[in-house]
Amino acid sequence: MNMTGFSTLLRKEVMRFGKVWQQTLGAPVLTALLYQLIFAQAIGKHVEALPGVPYNAFLIPGLAMMSMMQNAFANSSSSLIQSRITGNLVFILLPPISNAAFFSAYISAGIIRGLAVGLGILVCTAWFGLPVPAHIGFVLAFAVLGCLFMASFGLIAGIWAEKFDQLAAFQNFLIMPLTMLSGVFYSIHSLPAFWQGVSHFNPFFFMIDGFRYGFFGVSDVSPWTSIGVVLTCFIVLAVVTLQMLARGYKLRA
Amino acid sequence: MTAALHISHACKTYGNGFTALKDVSFDVAEGEFFALLGPNGAGKTTLISAMAGLSRLSSGNISVMGHDVQKDSYAARMSLGVVPQELVFDPFFTVRETLQFQSGYFGIHNNNDWIDELLHHLGLSDKADTNTRRLSGGMKRRVMVAQALVHKPPVIVLDEPTAGVDVELRHSLWTFMRKLNGEGHTIVLTTHYLEEAQENCERIAMLKKGELVALERTDTLLHNDKGVRIELLLTAELPQALLPKAVSQNGLRYVLTLDNYNEVADILIFLKTTGIGVQQMEILETDLEQVFINLTGAGA
Repeated sequence: MNMTGFSTLLRKEVMRFGKVWQQTLGAPVLTALLYQLIFAQAIGKHVEALPGVPYNAFLIPGLAMMSMMQNAFANSSSSLIQSRITGNLVFILLPPISNAAFFSAYISAGIIRGLAVGLGILVCTAWFGLPVPAHIGFVLAFAVLGCLFMASFGLIAGIWAEKFDQLAAFQNFLIMPLTMLSGVFYSIHSLPAFWQGVSHFNPFFFMIDGFRYGFFGVSDVSPWTSIGVVLTCFIVLAVVTLQMLARGYKLRA
Repeated sequence: MTAALHISHACKTYGNGFTALKDVSFDVAEGEFFALLGPNGAGKTTLISAMAGLSRLSSGNISVMGHDVQKDSYAARMSLGVVPQELVFDPFFTVRETLQFQSGYFGIHNNNDWIDELLHHLGLSDKADTNTRRLSGGMKRRVMVAQALVHKPPVIVLDEPTAGVDVELRHSLWTFMRKLNGEGHTIVLTTHYLEEAQENCERIAMLKKGELVALERTDTLLHNDKGVRIELLLTAELPQALLPKAVSQNGLRYVLTLDNYNEVADILIFLKTTGIGVQQMEILETDLEQVFINLTGAGA
């Protein structure tokens, strides 16, 4: 693998979102902070989502994970589609950068942005009562796996979509519903049995639940199950993405 | 000697059934300054995309410096620098950052000396720290040329490099390209400014509707062009019988295309018998544009 090509593409991608940090890092942190303020103030006193865990604290890991996922997705998808639409992707396709290096660079940049946003949210919302993580290993594992998964998803969306509208449709009609129905704002035990069952088909639920387990040591399903589901989903998406790249799908006619 | 560029039976049919290349074969020798010409839609950009690995041939193969562009893509891409036709740039970065990234993509660390040289030769030194989106179209085109050259490729492909750029850039670009060619780089050029091809290129390939219709030395192409063109300034309008031979008219000034020099005398006698005087007459030198029109029917 052309390691210099990989590291250069990664550096370029990180610099790209770093140059517009207000939009790529600042805005999602502010949005999460507003969610926390409004939800915690409006319903925090009336709800106990997990036994012994105040709603204010319950909400923080979910919001952080949700934002990490959304930003990992947004980073790879928006960067790729911008480069495709403006045409400058040609200068990345011309050099001898392997598909694996191309994939790894975009995914790594998505993880870095996702983790930066997540860290920002945890720091800014910690005063709402975030506990010291009970299992820091699970916190890190789900943060990285969640970003891996979503950055791969973003890469697929960026390759597939030919216009910004198509990418927006991907976000509005797939990512957003899956996110909202993933248990960011509630525990699935508060749902009727049918919807609890449906939630188990949503991979986003396992990311949120596992990440939350890392903080509270309590979760709706076993964190190992969640790790297994998220890892399997990532592997499937990675294989699909690498196949698309190998076939030159929409990138090399 | 290995051909810098070897194209063998290149065919390309797109998914919608459109055939862009039909069994195109030719070689470009190392150190050659070569032109690939043809009207819009002739298949030039498709062929360049296939050389660069941006698209895949339906059949046939292409190698750059002996490296197959599909089977040995790493070496082939390291050997090739391409200036794309579309004006593209990354709006997030400065000129220097863009060139540093491009060097890194080719696996090159610490390329600043060569980047500085490129900036100097392309008149970009004072724009090195300017964001690319703030540059004029011509300046952006210069950056694209620099991006294609960061890894000092032995084969350089320029797809319409002077489209929409000013005279100064054209001059400096061709001076720089001739310098690189003098140092042994092979240059392949497509252009709509045929005088650029005539002036710079030793050999020319012409494509028409995906087929190779000419592959000759430039001087041979010019010499072999059939027909003679004469420009006449008459005292009255050209007789109806001669109108089919007229290719252009400006008042009473006509350009006629004739089969050979013997016909010149016939025309002059005919005009005299019809009472039309000739105030001026000039036999026009054959240029590449005329050859291009004859071979590709571009003027039709």
